[in-house]
Amino acid sequence: MLKLPIYLDNNATTKPDPQVVEAMLPYFTEFYGNAASRNHSFGWKAEEAVDYARQQVADLINANSKEIIFTSGATESNNLAIKGVFEMYREKGNHIITVNIEHKAVLDTCRHLEKMGAEVTYLKPSIDGLVSIEQIKNAIKPETILITVMYANNEIGCINPIKEIGELAHQNNILFHTDATQAIGKIPVDVIADNIDLASFSGHKIYGPKGIGALYVRRKNPRVKVTSQIDGGGHERGMRSGTLNVTGIVGLGKACEIAGKQMAEESQRLSKLRDKLEAELLKLEETYLNGSITKRLPHVSNISFKYIEGEGLMMGVKDIAVSSGSACTSASLEPSYVLKNLGLDDELAHSSLRFGLGRFTTEEEIDYTIEHVKTAVTKLREMSPLWEMFKEGIDLKTVEWTEH
Amino acid sequence: MRVYLDNAATTPLDQEVVTAMTDVLSNYYGNPSAQHAIGRTAKGILEIARRNVAELINAKSSEIFFTSGGTEADNIVIRSAVTDLGVKNIITSPTEHHAVLHTAEEMNEKGMAVLHFVNINEKGEIDLENLEFLASKYPESLISIMHANNEIGTLSNLKTISAIAKKYHCIFHSDTVQTMGHYKIDVEELGIDFLVCSAHKFNGPKGTGFLYIKNIHKLKPMITGGGQEKNLRAGTENLHGIVGLAKALEISNKILDEKRKKIQSLKNLMINLIKEKIPQIGFNGLITENESLYTVLNVSVPPSPIGDMLLFKLDIEGVCASGGSACSSGSNKGSHVLAAIKHPEDRTGLRFSFGKFTTEKDIRFAVDKLQKILSE
Ligand SMILES: Cc1ncc(COP(=O)(O)O)c(C=O)c1O
Ligand SMILES: Cc1ncc(COP(=O)(O)O)c(C=O)c1O
Repeated sequence: MLKLPIYLDNNATTKPDPQVVEAMLPYFTEFYGNAASRNHSFGWKAEEAVDYARQQVADLINANSKEIIFTSGATESNNLAIKGVFEMYREKGNHIITVNIEHKAVLDTCRHLEKMGAEVTYLKPSIDGLVSIEQIKNAIKPETILITVMYANNEIGCINPIKEIGELAHQNNILFHTDATQAIGKIPVDVIADNIDLASFSGHKIYGPKGIGALYVRRKNPRVKVTSQIDGGGHERGMRSGTLNVTGIVGLGKACEIAGKQMAEESQRLSKLRDKLEAELLKLEETYLNGSITKRLPHVSNISFKYIEGEGLMMGVKDIAVSSGSACTSASLEPSYVLKNLGLDDELAHSSLRFGLGRFTTEEEIDYTIEHVKTAVTKLREMSPLWEMFKEGIDLKTVEWTEH
Repeated sequence: MRVYLDNAATTPLDQEVVTAMTDVLSNYYGNPSAQHAIGRTAKGILEIARRNVAELINAKSSEIFFTSGGTEADNIVIRSAVTDLGVKNIITSPTEHHAVLHTAEEMNEKGMAVLHFVNINEKGEIDLENLEFLASKYPESLISIMHANNEIGTLSNLKTISAIAKKYHCIFHSDTVQTMGHYKIDVEELGIDFLVCSAHKFNGPKGTGFLYIKNIHKLKPMITGGGQEKNLRAGTENLHGIVGLAKALEISNKILDEKRKKIQSLKNLMINLIKEKIPQIGFNGLITENESLYTVLNVSVPPSPIGDMLLFKLDIEGVCASGGSACSSGSNKGSHVLAAIKHPEDRTGLRFSFGKFTTEKDIRFAVDKLQKILSE
């Protein structure tokens, strides 16, 4: 039996895998020690669990466990990476290169650093959401200390040429940070092969718990250092203080282990379902896919249904949890800056929905979604004067609108 | 037998707290920022937790900001007071937790604020006259004084300090990590500007805490990008942790008096047993009921060949205690708190800390073992 609502917002957050919850429980009840307690077995047990999880996390991205710093989530990881590099390498330069469709955790942090004396270049991606090596090459200056480009975009799922960007960065002695929150656990990420110096990610995007994340910080070729942003007991090799969230860490470790095992099969299964959903929905008139179709995460599809408001459509398919714009920013009626910066006009941006499939998505749910979204789109358009005008052949771009 | 007497480092979780968190993890997994029903349900859960926490300390919901713990909350206060509230001087004590101390030192080193240490006595008590003198000399400072010291348990009178702060237009922050959930805390009555909480110190989860900010203060986010927590603290909310925190605080506040009475009598028992059986041991900090944290007892062991091995031997005997705070560097640098109260370096400081699951048997067991080890 189909259970409603259907959850297709897996880029915003994912339901913790039952195996993850199960792995966490003993560290709530039995092994409750503080991982920094050096003098007794409760502390050692907790520390062991943290070490084990650190290895699980490292294994997923081909890192050394010493290169994993636990944080409270990808937002904090991005802050630590970017502010931490800026403060640590300030003597070397003050220029940072990023892209204007990065997550707010990167963009707001860059804006903050501009007030502290940083110079930031915000590259504009092509219409499919990708930046090119040429663009980055042209932006590099002698003062450039950091390139920060996301692995995969959270709204449209496009995947950047990470390996090449990393190579370019290294050729120029520039550090390379990637916000890999949407990619790690979903597609293979290899920090060595991809030439990554710093990578941010989060537990709750990969069927782990909320409130835990990690930052990969390379230790060799080059050895990277970041200035800590939270000071105190000197945890995490001095880069991030605060009592370790042992259960969260155990959960993240388990989530990484499961992801590593299931990724190949899961991504195949989900891309099939995604393609089916997408193919069916794109059969509707005046419906457009946003972002790259080839270089893309397997489980996400962002579609604009022209002449309909995304929010309206969401209300029309109440039993299906999808997102219009990014859920990671507080609800506002501004159209998604990601879509706008791709060059979509407000109208198309406003009419977009993101379908994010996940581990627990079934074919039945996809069939239901196809049927109900189609019906809702058709119904909403029937009620829409804009649609009527379009059907009558009136070019809406030539109509003069009064302010409202 | 194994007895856990390190509750100031962290505490075992309440079963009810675990149940509440497991429910959220398994059933309410939405992102509170998402617009759909699953997200809105999560948002509802978040805001109920916030309201409950606010009520428990007599604050408004809009004054509670969830963080990843006490350390982050302390960092926000110290950094933001300097960068957003125009604080030029920080007055604090050398016995503060490193989350306050290191952050204040960093502000000092960077030339963003000047750090002033208030005098303390050999019991770790704040010299209030000296505090008033500093406040009068540097009005509009940030005064950061912890409620109870995590190593020696000495309490400060927050109301008195708050009055001094008011008189000289200072901003008053208190690190209440060791007292939240153990004492009744009323922000109105204290007239305090900031205080911080960490759930794992009162039978809640690690990795979650909150910062109380009196609503007259507007701070900018320290962690940027996403606008959560009314734009003070970005990042997807740790919903199960927050629910666990609220539940743990609710339970703690319900049993405050009874818990205090029980634990205080255990502490008194330990003091008396030590005085009787191991008279060569002294006590660090104050040990009187109203002047010291009832969950902490720090003892001073005279020089002996066992020295550094004492904690190790205690652990082998089944007693979990600590040398001070749970420090993470792994180095045995020695406690900055004991140094500040001039505890002789050749003596060993031991912290026993109690919780609501501690029993009389635990106490007797620990004292017996300590006596045995020291007489070897
Ligand atoms: C690309 C990207 N970066 C960063 C984040 C922030 O992660 P967190 O919510 O764990 O702080 C998100 C999602 O919220 C994201 O999609
Ligand atoms: C007095 C005091 N302040 C701050 C902290 C730090 O809190 P957290 O463990 O949540 O980082 C602790 C405990 O570690 C503490 O005892």
